[in-house]
Amino acid sequence: MSVLVVVERQPGAVDELSLQAVTFARALADGAPVHALVVGAHADSVTPTLGEHGVTTVHVAEDEVFASYAPLAVARATAELAGRLRATAVVAAGSERGNEVLAHLGALLDLPLAANCVEATSGDPARVTRLRWGGSLLEEADLHGDVKLLTVAPHAVSATHAPVADTSVERFAPQLSDADRVIRVSARTQAATGGVSLAEAKVVVSSGRGAGSAEGFGIIEELADLLGGAVGCSRAVTMAGWRPHTDQVGQTGTKIAPDLYIACGISGATQHMAGCKGAKAILAVNTDPDAPILASADYAVIGDLHEVVPAISAELRKARGA
Amino acid sequence: MNVLVCVKRVPLTGGRIVLTDDAQAIATQHLGFTISPHEECGVEEAVRLVEQSGGESVVLTLGPAEAEEQLRDAMALGIDRAIHLVTGGDEWDPQGTAAAIVETIEAERPAGVEYDLIVFGNESADAGGYQVGIRVAHALGLPVATGLKGVVVSDGSVRCEQEVPGGRDVFVLPLPAVVTVKEGLNFPRYPSVPGRMRAQRKPVAVRSPDAVSPRLAKVRLVSPPGQKKEAEILGHGPEAAPRVIEVLQKIGVA
Amino acid sequence: MSALPRKARAVVVGCGIVGSSVAHHLCREGWRDVVLLDKGSLPNPGGSTGHASNFIFPVDHSKEMTALTLESVRQYEELGTFTESGGIEVARTEERLQELARRMASAKAWGVEPVSLVSPAEVKELVPYIDERVILGGFYSPGVGVVDSLRAGTLMREHAVEMGALTVAAGTEVLDIETEGGRVVRVRTTEGDTDTEVVVIACGVWSPKLARMAGASIPLTPAVHQMIDIGPVPRFEHTKQAIEFPIVRDMDTNMYERQDGTGLEIGSYAHRPILYEPEDLPSVEEAALSPTEFPFTQEDFAPQLEHALELMPEIVGDETVGIKYAINGILSLTPDGMPILGETPEVKGLWSAAAVWVKEGPGIGKALAEWMVHGESEIDLHSSDVARFHEHQGTSVHIKARTAEGFNKTYGIVHPGEQWASNRDIRLSPFNARERELGAVFYEAAGWERPQWYESNASLLEEYGDRVGRREAEWDARWWSPIVNAEHLAMRDRAGLFDLSAFCIFDVTGPGALDALQRVSMRQVDVPAGRVVYTPWLSRGGGFKSDLTIMRLDDEQFRVVTGGAHGMADRKWLQDHLPADGSAELADLTSAWCTLGIWGPRARDILASVTSDDVSHDGFPFATCRTIDCEGLRVLASRISYVGDLGWELYVPSELGARLWDLVWDAGRPHGAVPAGIGVYGTTGRLEKCYRAYGSELESEYTVVEAGMTTPRVKEQDFVGKDAYLRHREEEPAAILCTLTVDDHTSASGVARYPLGREPIVTREGAPLVDGKGRRSYVTSAGAGPSIGKHILMSYLPPGQASAGSELAVEYMGERYPVTVTVVGATPIFDPENARIRS
Repeated sequence: MSVLVVVERQPGAVDELSLQAVTFARALADGAPVHALVVGAHADSVTPTLGEHGVTTVHVAEDEVFASYAPLAVARATAELAGRLRATAVVAAGSERGNEVLAHLGALLDLPLAANCVEATSGDPARVTRLRWGGSLLEEADLHGDVKLLTVAPHAVSATHAPVADTSVERFAPQLSDADRVIRVSARTQAATGGVSLAEAKVVVSSGRGAGSAEGFGIIEELADLLGGAVGCSRAVTMAGWRPHTDQVGQTGTKIAPDLYIACGISGATQHMAGCKGAKAILAVNTDPDAPILASADYAVIGDLHEVVPAISAELRKARGA
Repeated sequence: MNVLVCVKRVPLTGGRIVLTDDAQAIATQHLGFTISPHEECGVEEAVRLVEQSGGESVVLTLGPAEAEEQLRDAMALGIDRAIHLVTGGDEWDPQGTAAAIVETIEAERPAGVEYDLIVFGNESADAGGYQVGIRVAHALGLPVATGLKGVVVSDGSVRCEQEVPGGRDVFVLPLPAVVTVKEGLNFPRYPSVPGRMRAQRKPVAVRSPDAVSPRLAKVRLVSPPGQKKEAEILGHGPEAAPRVIEVLQKIGVA
Repeated sequence: MSALPRKARAVVVGCGIVGSSVAHHLCREGWRDVVLLDKGSLPNPGGSTGHASNFIFPVDHSKEMTALTLESVRQYEELGTFTESGGIEVARTEERLQELARRMASAKAWGVEPVSLVSPAEVKELVPYIDERVILGGFYSPGVGVVDSLRAGTLMREHAVEMGALTVAAGTEVLDIETEGGRVVRVRTTEGDTDTEVVVIACGVWSPKLARMAGASIPLTPAVHQMIDIGPVPRFEHTKQAIEFPIVRDMDTNMYERQDGTGLEIGSYAHRPILYEPEDLPSVEEAALSPTEFPFTQEDFAPQLEHALELMPEIVGDETVGIKYAINGILSLTPDGMPILGETPEVKGLWSAAAVWVKEGPGIGKALAEWMVHGESEIDLHSSDVARFHEHQGTSVHIKARTAEGFNKTYGIVHPGEQWASNRDIRLSPFNARERELGAVFYEAAGWERPQWYESNASLLEEYGDRVGRREAEWDARWWSPIVNAEHLAMRDRAGLFDLSAFCIFDVTGPGALDALQRVSMRQVDVPAGRVVYTPWLSRGGGFKSDLTIMRLDDEQFRVVTGGAHGMADRKWLQDHLPADGSAELADLTSAWCTLGIWGPRARDILASVTSDDVSHDGFPFATCRTIDCEGLRVLASRISYVGDLGWELYVPSELGARLWDLVWDAGRPHGAVPAGIGVYGTTGRLEKCYRAYGSELESEYTVVEAGMTTPRVKEQDFVGKDAYLRHREEEPAAILCTLTVDDHTSASGVARYPLGREPIVTREGAPLVDGKGRRSYVTSAGAGPSIGKHILMSYLPPGQASAGSELAVEYMGERYPVTVTVVGATPIFDPENARIRS
């Protein structure tokens, strides 16, 4: 019995979500060894970190295809390794790429994949709890297959230490066909937009149809600027053509995790809340004290955003002595 | 070029998701239905591609009889014809879904139907499995790029753009290929009235695939434990502004 | 929002346009401590007001609805929430063109102007994006407009709050309405309880649910009406307002199209009726859009897309114009298509303001407030009275059947005589089987199947030949038969048997019975036992609430007999005026008794042949009643006559009805008696005698003096409306009820036409007649007078025209027909001395 974790490829570090996946894998392994697969240059520099989180062996797949992201090649290497290790489960972070790689793996091995799990208990079948509707709903499901494939919903668990003495490193050159190499990143374009990225912003100020029009977002932009934050919007706004899709917060837009999310005139549809549940604090500005968003908000101002938002901006300027 | 786009019928939820008494599904008596959001952009892309280069666009769904509504919606935007894989109403798991789609595509081959591009949504709004498009690609021996915000076809290949922090990663795949796309890829059009009327008369081919035992089998649905927060009311109207500033300062963002 | 007060003068539930208007007007009428609630939030609580298509076409065939709409427009204008756009009802068929002429006539009758009939080319000038080749013409009302009903409601609420009279509580859901002893005492909500004696239910589609909490019934059903919005429309790109072109009602397809900013809104009443129970409606959070915006059902709108494309191809056929919004909107429908207003008969203090559309919201708020505060409203609301419903009409089956049937007639051509087809054969009189055997053609009133005429009387057509009168035009002859006239003539010659079992019958008994009836009756009721009194019941303002007969059966027993159509409202009126000490009791005996009428010169001979009681003229005087034995049946006989001929109403317990019919029938045949229907009883018979009918001539709007129904003296005892009546007797009437006859029926195309009622009466040159109170002259009743060979019309005329021989005209189907005033006041045209009745 062993569990294999596919660690996301990052230059010289292990990302938080992969460490969460390792933590999850440990629980699933329940004492059995946890292996990790890493690809790319300087891959073994991450060994100490992985060891701290309980990985017994770090396997480095080497091939020049791994100079850039190549999901099918990673999956092929994983398949080979998992077979060799007789892994009973393969786990990855439920990030875009983690899901992609494991979906390839599932296709290669003709095995089912449970994406975005928050809980899993080993067994045959394994019982998993996974996300639906971007997290607004949970599903309990039975996962079959000789090898259990699953990805871990971001922040379902916190990464914890469980240091292993003497984490070993093993290198191997996976058998890759030409077809396995076709899908790979060949170029990177830089984002055109300057300013604060919505996904990274520490403060996000957003509005919905209550803004009234594209021009109505002027006061939202003003407040966001004052707070050094980014402007977000609801899906209704992008569908009305008032803001670009890159501003959309929600299940099919950008998922944000700011320190503060100020949601003005947003009722709180489930698909929107799926995009902002990572916020540390939510302030809702709404005329309706019974709007669904208030059940998820930490603070609220009951009132018309067209009056409240400029008042907040004015008060901020005052506080700064402007 | 010939483009196949695959869509799923999902409910349009509001502020709260209510489950049926047996916790097997969402209670949908007050809800309308739609094509899953990512796929709406896939449909629009398929229509545009065929508008530009000629050929045929096809929409396919695996779903209950009512899912014909989504096929008509897609055809109202300009998709030429539809394929309806009718199920009894239970949701199929990703492997079952992919297998049925593959079987259908292969069944069209003898008639000379070959798709240059097969389009999926990156994940469905409800199940969020993230894998049907990839499984179909493998079964058909085609390359696949996922999570795309940009798709440009030219000269026997497709340039695919996947959003990453700080920019976009580019994959170039030879056609035929499979792509899974995300909302934001394009701005889908609204159907015109003539488009809607034509859609009523466009052909829908119906098949009834046999269900197989799901290997990722839903046991039940559960509402996530709510935090059930009590939002602290800072005030009413613009008078609340000073209190808001206090909170901003406390959080450390002011 | 404010905290909920513990006590209130009145609690109004529902913050849509109706509730907001009611609350506002209650405060304007002087009430304080009024509370207005809604479970939703403001300004848009999630009801129909928030998405209703907000346009107003004032012209309606109903005088009541037109008046309410005009008043509403006035209020919307006052609040700055009305934008005039004009509106055109277009016709695709010849039949519809006729109907548009009818609408012109109604506009003239109710005083809505200016309006005009326009040609396709003229329609095209007004609405350039229409394909005028698809239409034959239009009815143009420049005064049509759109309103911001949410804003209007908000302003009305704010004004009342500023007055310090109103508390508004949003986010407050009513959990229960508590009653004690049949009266409202308290409202329980999610935010606390409020003691109150008055509750107004203005909850739109949720109204039945709230009424049930208190034990009352509001018979409406939530129903769908589809609408889509398409855009952006190139022609509207630079529009400066929400609407710059007239609204188009495509009547023949049951649709409308109107500009909405840069989009075009297309609505439909053409789809299959889609009805819901109030319990089906989702909560605010469950709903994706709002609780009254349901997901659009594509297939129900498919034919409408084609029709819209035909009419407005420029916009609808434009491939760049997208369908941006599409919903199944929810609105309220009632079994008879009228709103539901007034104090519920079941619970005192519980008022209904339900099934009201945006176009009449403010007007109804005002009218209801007047009713609540002063006991009556300026605009007569009898057609909307919640008390009008009979038991079976509150059942789900009935509501669903009639609303479904009525829905697709929303823009329909509805003949004034048109009968409902659904849910028939509910109330059958004991004579029903015999009537069927005789080929009765049944019309329904209050659920009762009543013979309108009998096909078996077809032989009378030959007998009476030319005197019968035919109608050539299909419309005039629809829902009518010349047999009616033949039955009438046979009655006047011999006798007719009439089924009058649809009467509502109430016994009032007890020591306080006399006083109770004195209180509501204009005429003297303290008559000897055995007398029959015909009396109006007046409203506080001295107009008419009803007219009926009262039989004094004993010192402390009176039997009130009134028409079935308004009987239930009469019952509530009477109930409300019974003494509080319980010294008078009302028993509804409608189902206990059936009534057979026998009138005509042979009536006495026929009756005498079945009874040994003295039924001679001296032995059984007119306007008396007595129990007589008729061959094994004890019959309450009442010698009065609504058809103006010699005869009796015969009352027996229902189970004896069949026997009574056979008895009288067998006795009548040798004398040539015929079965006769309501065609005679309700129209031809009474029109010849100029007898007034409640709901036609008699309404709260017209006084006793104007109706020509004064008596030489006024009784000493006090009665409702006495002060006003005394005052009116001292004044010159602003109008006088006259009877007119048509001089020449020939239309421009040479066809004889017969007006059916509600047409405007105008000068020979076509100018409307307007009285001193601003009321227009119109035909209150129309019908044949076979005995005098004339077509008879009744109308209130200004004093200047109210003289015998006055030459006027009636406007019918777009043409004027000369009429002459034959009688001013109440003197009958036929048998003016009433010799027949008193024979």
